[in-house]
Amino acid sequence: MAESIVSLSGVRADIDQYHILHGVDLEVPAGELTVLLGRNGAGKSTTLRTIMGLTTVTDGKVRFRGEDITGQPTPRIARKGIAFVPENMGIFSLLTVRENMVLAAVNGPMDPARLDWVFDLFPPLKKFWDRPAGNLSGGQKQMLAIARAIIEPRELLLVDEPTKGLAPAIINDLAGAFEQLKQQQVTVLLVEQNFNFSRRLGQSAAVMNDGGVVWSGQMTELADNDDLQHELLGLGLGEHQ
Amino acid sequence: MARFAAFREDKPHVFLLLLMMAVALLLMDPRTWVLLTISGLAMGAMVFLMASGMTLTFGLMNVLNLAHGAFISLGAFAGASVLVWLSSQASEPSLLINLAAILPALGFALVVAGLLGLVFERLVIKPVYGDHLKQILVTVGGSIIIMELIHVVWGPNEIPVPRPEALTGAFLLPEALPVIGGVALEKYRLIAVVLGLAIYGLMSWIIERTRVGILIRAGVESREMVEVQGYRIRLLFLGVFVAGSALAGLGGAMWAMYREIITAHMGDELMISVIVVIILGGLGSIKGCFYGAVLVGLINLYVGYLEPRLAAVATVGLMVGVLMWRPQGLIPVIKV
Amino acid sequence: MLNGMFNRILSGDYPRSRALSALLVVIGVCLALGPFLFPGVRAFSMLGMICVFIIVVASYDLMLGYTHIVSFAHTMFFGIGAYGVAMSTDVFGSGFGAVFIGIGGAVLMSILLSLLLGLLSLRVKAIFFALVTLAVAFAFLSLVTQLYNITGGEDGLAVRSPRELGPAFRPFDSTVPGFSVIDFITGVFTQGSIGQAFNDALFEVRINGRHLMYYITFVISLVVFLFLLRMVNSPFGRVLQAIRENEFRAQALGYRTVFYRTAAVIVSAMLATLAGVLFALINRYVNPENTLNFELMVFILLMCVIGGMGTLYGAVVGTAVFLLAQNYLQDLLGLLVSNAEPGSLFAELAGPDRWLLWFGLLFVLSVYFFPSGIVGQLRLWAERRRERKADKTPVASPMKQES
Repeated sequence: MAESIVSLSGVRADIDQYHILHGVDLEVPAGELTVLLGRNGAGKSTTLRTIMGLTTVTDGKVRFRGEDITGQPTPRIARKGIAFVPENMGIFSLLTVRENMVLAAVNGPMDPARLDWVFDLFPPLKKFWDRPAGNLSGGQKQMLAIARAIIEPRELLLVDEPTKGLAPAIINDLAGAFEQLKQQQVTVLLVEQNFNFSRRLGQSAAVMNDGGVVWSGQMTELADNDDLQHELLGLGLGEHQ
Repeated sequence: MARFAAFREDKPHVFLLLLMMAVALLLMDPRTWVLLTISGLAMGAMVFLMASGMTLTFGLMNVLNLAHGAFISLGAFAGASVLVWLSSQASEPSLLINLAAILPALGFALVVAGLLGLVFERLVIKPVYGDHLKQILVTVGGSIIIMELIHVVWGPNEIPVPRPEALTGAFLLPEALPVIGGVALEKYRLIAVVLGLAIYGLMSWIIERTRVGILIRAGVESREMVEVQGYRIRLLFLGVFVAGSALAGLGGAMWAMYREIITAHMGDELMISVIVVIILGGLGSIKGCFYGAVLVGLINLYVGYLEPRLAAVATVGLMVGVLMWRPQGLIPVIKV
Repeated sequence: MLNGMFNRILSGDYPRSRALSALLVVIGVCLALGPFLFPGVRAFSMLGMICVFIIVVASYDLMLGYTHIVSFAHTMFFGIGAYGVAMSTDVFGSGFGAVFIGIGGAVLMSILLSLLLGLLSLRVKAIFFALVTLAVAFAFLSLVTQLYNITGGEDGLAVRSPRELGPAFRPFDSTVPGFSVIDFITGVFTQGSIGQAFNDALFEVRINGRHLMYYITFVISLVVFLFLLRMVNSPFGRVLQAIRENEFRAQALGYRTVFYRTAAVIVSAMLATLAGVLFALINRYVNPENTLNFELMVFILLMCVIGGMGTLYGAVVGTAVFLLAQNYLQDLLGLLVSNAEPGSLFAELAGPDRWLLWFGLLFVLSVYFFPSGIVGQLRLWAERRRERKADKTPVASPMKQES
């Protein structure tokens, strides 16, 4: 097992007056793609948001590369090299694709070679470069959201349900993009409900329920064990999608 | 017909503007129309300066600052003080020498209002981020305090403001021109229009072309995502608030030279126009603010001529009318 | 049995603090017996203002405190009531009929305008609503100021109130004795002899129509207050509070929140109009400054917040405290600077004209540090005292039924 890039220990987190996380222990191995699974409402998205500093942590610690980042302001956490692609993609629909990307490149002008790579992965972005991002289709918006996260090298990508509502062809393109990231040894923590997508890409896996992590291990362990799937998720993974 | 409807939908601001100007032209003779339109544009330019800060603050930071009017008043008094102090330069007929009084006056107004904005944001507004009710209460209280302090420093009476010599008087249009020949266009009003357009241009350029502008537009859409990208949006807020306050002060100083008399409560009356402008124009939109200000200036002057007693009612009526037609304002940026 | 009676009158909404109860009793007694406890025109006029503004501020609290609707149009409705009576008696003479015509016209106009505001609140989000009310109120003020021929413009109108409500009307010839508490107390200290001070404190009250008007106002004020207390503790009131806490959730529970909010605005407007009517009759003079001014609107806001939002008792306390301060703080400040050099910074800052500066400062500080206002703070202290007492008792004593 690779060393952990992010670890949560005993994390309790609230959103407004609601307690969402009730003691989460999670180790995210560096250089791998870890899938975070679980029913709706289990706390998967909240876990990502907590790492990013967007929730109120009432107990426990969040560590990034050994450093305690619990309670730090979001911009500071982001600057440590963590990118977050939220469930609603979070693109700025009134800005053009170009402007979205300019903002994402916080450390200065975009590296042309890297930009070319992004265009290779996601050709529509080049096509709609000067158009408002709000005019893009769902799949294209998702591409933009991920492109923003990778235009500069990042140590950790937190991605929340990227395939939700997308056509199979686009999902395939996304999978290809993630595979390239895996080859580059970028650490990815992926929340996903799409089983095929998860199994194809996931190396490690963790299952959440009721605001806590109830199982973690290798993806293959989970994918090959129907009984375990039923126990943890109520259904077989194959029934998810 | 369909093209017309499309035009009305796509560019409601232009449509409304042209409609208003056309209706006014029908109701009065062309010479008066030219005079009133120039005056309306001048008023609009100054109100734009005052309102632009508030629409950005409200749009970007979701902060309702009802003390904005006090910043306008403060800018007016600060500018007026400098003009009085440099009255020897201001009373010279040469424009160049006048500028030695005007520029410091405007600059001082900008700086004083901006500084107050800085203090105000850190001290008064920061503790109540996110709580609109408390913001209203606290900024109303702050407004009272600032206006009372103006009384303390400058006394309770209204103060006459000497308009710099080179800016008084009017240009006469050549007699030879048809219809509008010989009309006298007040110099100060033309200057105000030019200055307003220049600042609008500058702000548009900053908003559309610079990184800061992109940040502001992004922040207006989603504060959270801007932070997620790694930007300290709080600093941006502070900067926008200070800029907005400074602009309010500048607008106040220009209004002081326009009206040539000021009281501590002038900010309150102008706030009504500012409020109508930002609601009319659409929150967070500089373009909407500009068009809104022009519309407010024009309707004030047109109705002020046709039926002076109804000028304020007409302005508010315009706001109510536009709200019924377009609840988000003419050029909505934020879904409120 | 007495407990049960209080319960019904106060609709179960007790002060919940002995200090507050005491304060309310003092205020109540002072208002009820006021003309016989405080000699002089100034005091009498202030008592009337307190009664009138209790209605204004309590109805404002219904919107602000209980539903979190911020409106700057409250003075507009107040002014409608005041000007309605003023203009009606101006045109129709000083009979009661004219007064009622005025009331009718004012109520009608208020209903129309509050419906307009309700409609606007449909179109715009809550935070815009506050600004919209500000603009509408300003337009109304401007209209009243401009239409000189109808409204008297900036000069205002004298109110020709009915003779029975005026100083000339004497229901009986003999005078009623009054006893000035303040003069008695100061007399005890300055004169030394209690008997002498007692005699000096006695004064004579010639009952006239103005007293009648005052007591009409007092009774209406009391009734309105109890009515509002009943309203906020009724199912309707609870829905308003649910909207205040979380409008979305209230909607999800099936309440048409738009109706409730508009109803709150209409009720509030009606009561403000009623208060305006009483103001016109008691003050006998209306102008834009004492009825429609933005400064007056801010005062109402101050009274509501300083007293304590969302408590209704806060309206009573806040109004009394504020009006007393407004009247007498200026005197106090004047005393403070009487020895100071005129023109010095101290004289400028502490001069009686600057009472609003200090009040504004107190207000801002209270929003930060005492957001629950006087009433809220008193209740908080009382609750803490109760909790500490409960901790101290070794055996749980049977709890007295507090309905």
